[in-house]
Amino acid sequence: MSMLLQVRDLKIGATAYPPGEDPIDIGIVHGVSFDLEKGKVIGLIGESGAGKSTIGLAALAYGRGGVRITGGSVLLDGKDILRYTKAGIRDIRGRHVCYVAQSAAAGFNPAMRLADQVIEATVLHNIMGRAEALERARYLFGVLGLPDPDNFGTRYPHQVSGGQLQRAMTAMALCSRPDLIVFDEPTTALDVTTQIDVLAAIKHAIEETETAAIYITHDLAVVAQISDDIMVLQHGNTVEYGSVQQIIEEPHEQYTRDLISIRSDIKPEQPDQSGALLKLEGIDAEYGPNAKVLFDVTIHLPKGQTLAVVGESGSGKSTTARVITGLLPPSKGQVLFDGQPLPPALKDRSKDQLRELQMIYQMADTAMNPRQTVAEIIGRPLTFYFGLRGEERRRKVTELLDMIEMGDPFAERYPAELSGGQKQRVCIARSLAAQPRLLICDEPTSALDPLVAEGILKLLLELQAETGVSYLFITHDIATVRAIADSIAVMYMGKVVRFGPKSKVLNPPFDDYTDLLLKSVPEMELGWLEKALAGRKMAAAGN
Amino acid sequence: MSLFVFGYFTLLIAGSSAAAYYKRSEAFGVLFTVTLASMLFGILWGQVAFWTVGIIFASLAAAAGLGYCFRAYMVMLLPEQASRFMKSAPLTASFGLLVIIITLLFAIFAEQIAPFGERQIVGDVWEPATAEFLLGTDNLGRDMFSRLIYGAQTTIAVALAAGILSFSIGMFLSFTAAVVGGWVDQVLSRINDLMLAIPTLIFALVVLAALPQNIFVLVAVMAVIDQTRVFRLGRALAIDIVVQDYVEAARLRGEGWFWIIFREILPNVLTPLIAEFGLRFAFAILFLSSLSFLGLGIQPPEADWGGMVKDNKDGIIFLVPAALYPGAAIAILAVCVNMVVDWLLNRTASLKGGRG
Repeated sequence: MSMLLQVRDLKIGATAYPPGEDPIDIGIVHGVSFDLEKGKVIGLIGESGAGKSTIGLAALAYGRGGVRITGGSVLLDGKDILRYTKAGIRDIRGRHVCYVAQSAAAGFNPAMRLADQVIEATVLHNIMGRAEALERARYLFGVLGLPDPDNFGTRYPHQVSGGQLQRAMTAMALCSRPDLIVFDEPTTALDVTTQIDVLAAIKHAIEETETAAIYITHDLAVVAQISDDIMVLQHGNTVEYGSVQQIIEEPHEQYTRDLISIRSDIKPEQPDQSGALLKLEGIDAEYGPNAKVLFDVTIHLPKGQTLAVVGESGSGKSTTARVITGLLPPSKGQVLFDGQPLPPALKDRSKDQLRELQMIYQMADTAMNPRQTVAEIIGRPLTFYFGLRGEERRRKVTELLDMIEMGDPFAERYPAELSGGQKQRVCIARSLAAQPRLLICDEPTSALDPLVAEGILKLLLELQAETGVSYLFITHDIATVRAIADSIAVMYMGKVVRFGPKSKVLNPPFDDYTDLLLKSVPEMELGWLEKALAGRKMAAAGN
Repeated sequence: MSLFVFGYFTLLIAGSSAAAYYKRSEAFGVLFTVTLASMLFGILWGQVAFWTVGIIFASLAAAAGLGYCFRAYMVMLLPEQASRFMKSAPLTASFGLLVIIITLLFAIFAEQIAPFGERQIVGDVWEPATAEFLLGTDNLGRDMFSRLIYGAQTTIAVALAAGILSFSIGMFLSFTAAVVGGWVDQVLSRINDLMLAIPTLIFALVVLAALPQNIFVLVAVMAVIDQTRVFRLGRALAIDIVVQDYVEAARLRGEGWFWIIFREILPNVLTPLIAEFGLRFAFAILFLSSLSFLGLGIQPPEADWGGMVKDNKDGIIFLVPAALYPGAAIAILAVCVNMVVDWLLNRTASLKGGRG
C-alpha cells in the first residue's frame, strides 16, 4: 500500500493583534505528523482549540482567516502541496482533496438546487461532463441512503432535513472521485437518531468508493466507529497516535484515558419520588394558531431531585421550559409549584415566585451581559431579591464564587475574559444567588468540551447535595442523563412518550422511540455501529 | 534647467527610492505621487507649479506631522487606559481631534479671543486681510475673524444641543419600541417611517416658517427631524440585544423596563451610538448652515457660519474671498469630525469579536 498523505512536522501559526499593542505571533499547531494510506480513515480528536480543524484544512493547503502554515510538509501522493502555486493548489482542491463542513445548512446556497451544487466543483474541474456528473450524483445519493435518489437533486436546501443536507454535502465531496476527503465534525450538529444514519452512510460511501478520509470530531465514540487510526490532540500537540484498537482498549496517556472514561460513574437514583415540587398537568402550548408544539404534557419533579427531559431538537423540551418560566403561557393545563398553581404569564408572578425558579442557559456566552463584571452579574440578584448592598453583597459574591470553585480574583473580570466552562459556572452562581428551589438547566453542557462538561455536571451534583435545589435538566445527551437524573421524561414531537424513575425509563420493556433513541447513542466500543444497524434491520424485518 | 529644478527632482526621486527600498509603502506612495505631479504640472506651468505642489504637500505633511505629534503628546499625558486607546488612532483621527479641540476652545473662549465684537462695525466693506483684520472685513465692515470665532460658538452650540436632544429622544423611543415590542413598536416605527418619507429640508422650512423664530424652536425642530435617523439605528441595535439570553434572564428575574433599557441594552450599544453621534453632529452643522443660508436658521446680526456664507456670497463676484472662510470652516470641521468618527467606527467593528 502506498502512502496517500504524509504530514510531516506540520507547524501552523497566526498573528494576534491586541489593541494598542504590538502584534504577537502565536502557535496553533506545534509539529504534528501522521500518515494516511489509500482507502483508510484517520480520526483527529480533541477539545476545541486543539487544532484539529486547522490540521484538517492544512491537508487542502488552506489556512482559515489569517492562519498561516509556518513549517513542515504535507505530501499528497509524494508531492508537497504546500510548495504548490495558487493555480496548482486550486487544481488539487475539489479534484484530489475535498472538504465536508460541520454545518451543511450554512454551506449550501439556498437559491440553487442541490444537484447543481453537488456537481459544481466536478464540472468546473472538467473531471466529467454535466450529464455524467449528474448520473454520479444520483448514484451517490443512493449509496448515501437518501430518499428518492433520482429526484433528490431537484430539491432546494430548505426542502430537506439537516441530516439529509449533511449527506448531500458528503455526496458533493465524493462526486469528483477524490483521493481524500476531510470531514470536519459532520455529525456534531445532528440529533443522535439522525447521526447514526449519517455515520452509517458516510462509512458505507467511504468503503464503496475506496476514498481515504480525515475524520475530525470531539466525540471519541463516533470516531471509534469509522476510523482505522486515531490521533488524539491537545493544544496543537499530538497526545497519542495509534490504531483504533490500541487507543480505545489500551490507551497509554492519561488524557486519552480521561476522554474514554468520561461520565462512566453514575449517580444512584433517589428511592422516594412521591412528593412533587413542580408539577405540570396536561400542558398544551402553541406559538400562534396552527403551530401547536406541546400536547398534554404531564410530568412532576420531586423536591431535591433531578428530572431530565430528553429528546431531539424540535421535540418541545425547551418550550416546556418556557412554559414553566412563564415566557410562554400555556393554552391549556396548569403548572403547580409546591402545590400552588403558578400564574401562567411572567408578569403576573410575584417576586418570590420568580426568585424560586431560576434558569441556566445553553450558551453561557449570550446569557451574560458582556459589559458587566462577574461581581455585577452575580451581585444583581442579591440586590434585586434580598436588597443586599455594599460590603454585605461583596461578601456574598465571594462566597458564591467559592461555591463554584472559582474564587475572588474573578470578581472584577468581564465575561470575555473567562473560558467557556468558567462562564457557565458564573451563570450557575448567578442563579444560586437567588436561592432558588428549582433550577431549569437548558442544555448547560452541550456547548462545552467533554472534560469541562464533566466538571460542570459534578459541580451541579455537589450543589444539589449542599443546597437541596431541584433540577429540571433539559438535554439530548443520554450519557448526561444516565449520570445525573433521578427521573426521566422522554419527549418526541411535543408529547411525553415515557416518564418515570431512571431505572424504569432506561430499562426494557421499551416503547419504539425510546428504544431507537437509546440504540442510537454511540458507544465506546469497536463495531458498535454495525451491531446497532443490524439490530435496526432486524427490528424493521420483525415489524 | 536651473539648479533648483535639478535639486528638487533629485531629492524627490532619492526619497521615493529610499521609501520603496525600505518597504514604507505609504511614504513611497506620497513621495512618488509628488514627483509625478511635479513633472506634469512643471511641464504645463513651469517653475511656479513646483511651489504650488510643494506648498500643498507641505501643508498636508504639516497636518500629518501635527497629528503625529499630538497623538504622541496625548499618549504621554493621558492615563494608562486612555493612552492605549489613543495609540490606536490613525494620523487623520489624531489631526481631526486636534482641530476639534482647537475649535471648541475658540468657541468657549470666544469673548476673550476675538479681537473685535460680534456686531461691531470696524472698517470699510470687504476690506482685504491686514495685520489688524486677519481675514478682512465682511459685507457690513465687521471683522471677519472675530465673527468666525463667534460663529463657531453659535454653530457648535446649536448643533450640539440639537444632537444631544435628538439622541435622547431617538434612543428612548427606539429602545422602548424594541423592549416593549408589539403594537407600541408598530406605532412608533410607522410614525418614524412617515417622518423619514418627508424631505428633511422642506419639512424644516415649512415648520420653521410657521413657528416663532427663536433658537429653541430651531434646536427642537432640528432634533425632531434628526431623531428619526437615531431611532432607526437604535431600534436595529436594540432589537439584536433584546433577544439575547441575558435580557431574557433579566426579564425572568423580574426586572423592569428601566433596568433592561439602561443597564442591559445601553452599555452594549453605546460605542456604535457614540460613533453615530459624531456623524450626526457633522450633519447637524451642515443642516444648520443650510437653514441659515436660506434665512431660516440663526437670525442676523448673530454670527453663524452658514449665515456668514450667505451674507458674503455676493463678494465672490468681485473676487472678495470673505464667503470662503466660513465655508472652509464648515468643511474642515465636518471633515475632522468624520475622521474621528471613522476611527471610532473601526474600533467598534474590531471590538465586536471581543464583545460576543
